Amino acid sequence: MKKESGGSALIRALADENVELLFGYPGGAALHIYDAIYQQDKVQHILVRHEQAAVHAADGYARATGKVGTVLVTSGPGATNAITGIATAYMDSIPLVVISGQVASHLIGTDAFQETDMMGISRPIVKHSFLIQSPEEIPEVVKKAFIIAKTGKPGPVVIDVPKDMTDPNHLFDYQYPKDIKMRSYSVPSEVEESNIDEAVSLLEKAKKPVLYAGGGIIQGNASEELKKLAKIMNAPVTNTLMGLGAFPATHENFIGMLGMHGTYEANMAMHEADLIFALGSRFDDRTTNNPQKYSLNAKKIHLDCDYGSIEKIINVDVSLNGDAKKILKQILNKINTKNIDKASIDIWNKEILNWRETHGLNHDLLDKKFHQKQILPQQVIQSLYKSTNGKAFITSDVGQHQMFAAQYYKFDEPRKWINSGGLGTMGFGLPSAMGVKFAFPDEDVVCVTGEGSIQMCIQELSTCMQYGLPVKIINLNNRALGMVKQWQDMQYGGRYSSILYEDSLPDFVKLAESYGHVGMKVEDISELEERMDECISMKDKLVFMDVYVDPDEHVYPMLEAGGNMSEMRVSKTKKTF
Amino acid sequence: MSHISILMENQPGALSRVVGLFSQRGYNIDSLSVAPTNDSSLSRLTMVVKEEESVISQILKQLNKVIDVVEVQNLSEIESVSLEIAIVKLKITEKEAKKIIESAFPVVGEIINHKDEFVMIKLIGSNHEVDDFLLSLNKQKFLEVTRSGLLGMGTGENFLISESETTIEY
Repeated sequence: MKKESGGSALIRALADENVELLFGYPGGAALHIYDAIYQQDKVQHILVRHEQAAVHAADGYARATGKVGTVLVTSGPGATNAITGIATAYMDSIPLVVISGQVASHLIGTDAFQETDMMGISRPIVKHSFLIQSPEEIPEVVKKAFIIAKTGKPGPVVIDVPKDMTDPNHLFDYQYPKDIKMRSYSVPSEVEESNIDEAVSLLEKAKKPVLYAGGGIIQGNASEELKKLAKIMNAPVTNTLMGLGAFPATHENFIGMLGMHGTYEANMAMHEADLIFALGSRFDDRTTNNPQKYSLNAKKIHLDCDYGSIEKIINVDVSLNGDAKKILKQILNKINTKNIDKASIDIWNKEILNWRETHGLNHDLLDKKFHQKQILPQQVIQSLYKSTNGKAFITSDVGQHQMFAAQYYKFDEPRKWINSGGLGTMGFGLPSAMGVKFAFPDEDVVCVTGEGSIQMCIQELSTCMQYGLPVKIINLNNRALGMVKQWQDMQYGGRYSSILYEDSLPDFVKLAESYGHVGMKVEDISELEERMDECISMKDKLVFMDVYVDPDEHVYPMLEAGGNMSEMRVSKTKKTF
Repeated sequence: MSHISILMENQPGALSRVVGLFSQRGYNIDSLSVAPTNDSSLSRLTMVVKEEESVISQILKQLNKVIDVVEVQNLSEIESVSLEIAIVKLKITEKEAKKIIESAFPVVGEIINHKDEFVMIKLIGSNHEVDDFLLSLNKQKFLEVTRSGLLGMGTGENFLISESETTIEY
């Protein structure tokens, strides 16, 4: 048995977890660990330019692959820089293991150089955290951290490692545990048959059902089961922002994303439904509007792996706490096709189609196309969809461009849409695209961003050069913080407080070129499609495509604050209430 | 109002995870007591929470999600006993103190210290009884109080003991 130090045991444990990529940034408290990395070749370390990007990259990797993303940072500022990334992963339930260096045990609490209380700072935004108290416990803690991160409701786990715990001179026998005992952790057990029966009975009786699927269906790998259920019932399906791709967007039963900027037909369907089956979604405030006025006539079934999400916001008739795939299979086994009210559901589907025809997504856009020369941001997404045949991994930052991408890129597969839905973290797009590209080097990976968001982690253009990551960056440049501007237009009388850059934006083409990448600028609608094709076809190059879009465009539909799900603005001048 | 009993790992940071949950999610704690148990790897925490029933049920779910929490019991929903211990310091004579204790029923009191012109009395009772007793004291003479928070335990077979040590293999 080869003896290991705490530092080498840590890296060996990661190798035993089949970790291939470790995103990070070195520093004093983590030096023993970095020396251990140098002396092995199983775990590849990716040097980012900022710790936030390390966490986002690991996060993108985890979302695209379904594996646990892994991060290593040093103490103090390394740890605090990682916090935004950890919070991002926490809000979207992404499995990560984040290892942070810490000052030596005897210095903890003395305000030592680069000391910060990582356990304390990260506590509200982790699924769990460990402070290493002896080098010998490192393999077991790593094992526990990976199990906790990826089972049940996934989430980030922090391991804080004081420097003396990785002392290269302290050696011990290394053994990676096969299984571990945790009396205080369990994953949800089987759902009682009676609950399944109740759910099936509601599904069979429904005349106006909606299947409302979120990120849990993606994380739970339950898309196939969802498709089967939709097919058996011929029921309309809506996806949340986090759930896009859980059900194919080009499927005839798909009615679009719901919520704040969901489609008119999806939000109307939620309002008028007589049965809502929530699958791996948590009734987030962006998808319910006012909970007191939420879908009052609908019976509700809630399937979620997190017991705490059930009846947190909306009371339900049947709760199904557990694994989505397993529970959906149980439902599919029990549901009787003959009992389903197909005639009523047919009428219901026609009603939804009517809604789509009145205020569906393309409606306004097509009108506008003929009246202006400026590029509309929606057209850029449509062009991107075309050039990538709808098959690309799309990461996004946060703002109007994110909503346009969610609305207009039709995701047919899970794990292709990578965005910060819960925390809404600007700066997420580029580093998460790096993580995806590492995992899928032969696939198109595109970061849809804006000139605001991209500047929050733009330093990663350098990382992309170092590791040869030919991601594509589509910058919807509207020369303002667009989503804030939209709200200032709508609610603050057009008083544009702190959203303009006053001619200080960089020349993104030159910027990209200075990092050794390709830059492109597109201002004319007539050249959009051709340039987009050109951009996507440069498989070996990172291309930064700076597209000047209409600065006055708003994202619609938009739910009216405090209203119910049918109260929307569908354009600057039209509203439904 | 609910009386909640929690068994948690005796680990650094465990208490801050439980207490942090309350501040993070905006739940109000009325009283809190925590100490080791007969199993040195576990701590027992008892708290009184002033929230509506729907919030209590959410609190119980969130507590169960905290990984250092081994077991949670809502004492208000089972048959249980509860009591509170308090120490008060009064500026009175020992004779006056004895008189107060005699009239304190149902609170049980005992003089535990007498120094200079100050007397300390130990009190045991339900939290309402202790409340009532403290309210009855002369404000000028009542100088300090420290209370344990409401302690409690399920009766008979209502144990708060974890038998669910799960082995996870993968």
